[in-house]
Amino acid sequence: MNLRRDVFQAIADPTRRAILLLVASQTMTAGAIASNFDTARPTVSKHLQILTECQLLQQQQNGREIYYHINAQKMKEVADFIEPFRQMWDDRFNKLEAIMKNYKPE
Amino acid sequence: MELKTKVNAESGKQEITITREFDLPLALLFKAYEDATLLEQWMGTKVIKLENKNHGSWRFETSDASGKVAFSANGVIHEFSPGKRIIRTFEMENAPFGVQLEFLDFEKLTDNTSRLVVHSIYQSVAQRDQLLKLPFAQGINMAHNRLQTIVGNLIE
Repeated sequence: MNLRRDVFQAIADPTRRAILLLVASQTMTAGAIASNFDTARPTVSKHLQILTECQLLQQQQNGREIYYHINAQKMKEVADFIEPFRQMWDDRFNKLEAIMKNYKPE
Repeated sequence: MELKTKVNAESGKQEITITREFDLPLALLFKAYEDATLLEQWMGTKVIKLENKNHGSWRFETSDASGKVAFSANGVIHEFSPGKRIIRTFEMENAPFGVQLEFLDFEKLTDNTSRLVVHSIYQSVAQRDQLLKLPFAQGINMAHNRLQTIVGNLIE
C-alpha cells in the first residue's frame, strides 16, 4: 500500500494542525500533547506517527520519555506555496473534466 | 506519475503559467468556460455577469455556508474568440492583490483531448507571490494566524 505521506497530507487534518501549533512553541511528550485534546490517546498517537512519518515532527529519547519537537526544515516545505496553488487548480480542472464528460447538449 | 496540471512560477517574475491537458474535445473544454451554469459548477462560484464578447465584462461572487459573500471578483474581457482564446483582466474585490491580465489559450490536441494554457501577468512580483500564497493560507484554516506566524518566523 502506498499511502501519501507528505506535509500537505499532514496539515490537511485539524487535529494535526493543532498538534503542530502546540509543539511549535515547546518540546513535549506524547502524554503532554494528548492531554490537550479530548480525542482518545491512541488517536493522538496515530496523528503523532503520521506527523513523524511526514518528518514534520522529530522524536527524541530522553530517559524513559520520548519527546516530540518540530522539524523546522520540513515546516519550510509547508510554506512552499506553489503546490497548494497547483492542487487548487488541479481540483478545479478535475471537476471541469468530470462535469463536461457527463455533459449532454440540450 | 505525470501531473495533469502544471504550474510554472519562476521566482522573481511577475507571471504564472498554468497548463492542463484535458480528456475532452476542445469544444467541450471551451464550453465549460463559456457557459455560466457550467462555470458555476466547476469553479464553485456564482456568476453574476458574463459577457462573452470583445470588450465585455464579468463578475463572480462566492458565498460561505451562512450565505455571506466571502469572495468576489470582476474584470473585463478584452478578447473573446470561441474555441481559441480569451483575454481578460481579473481583480479580487476588497483585496490588496491588484489587477492581473490573463491570456487563456485553448488548443485541440486530438479529437478527444485538448489543452488549456493560462498565462497570468501581475503588476509586481510581490503581488504575484501574495496571490500564490492564498490557497496555502486557506488550507490551514484553523488557528491559521498562529501557524502562519510560526511558519513566517521559520522562513526569515
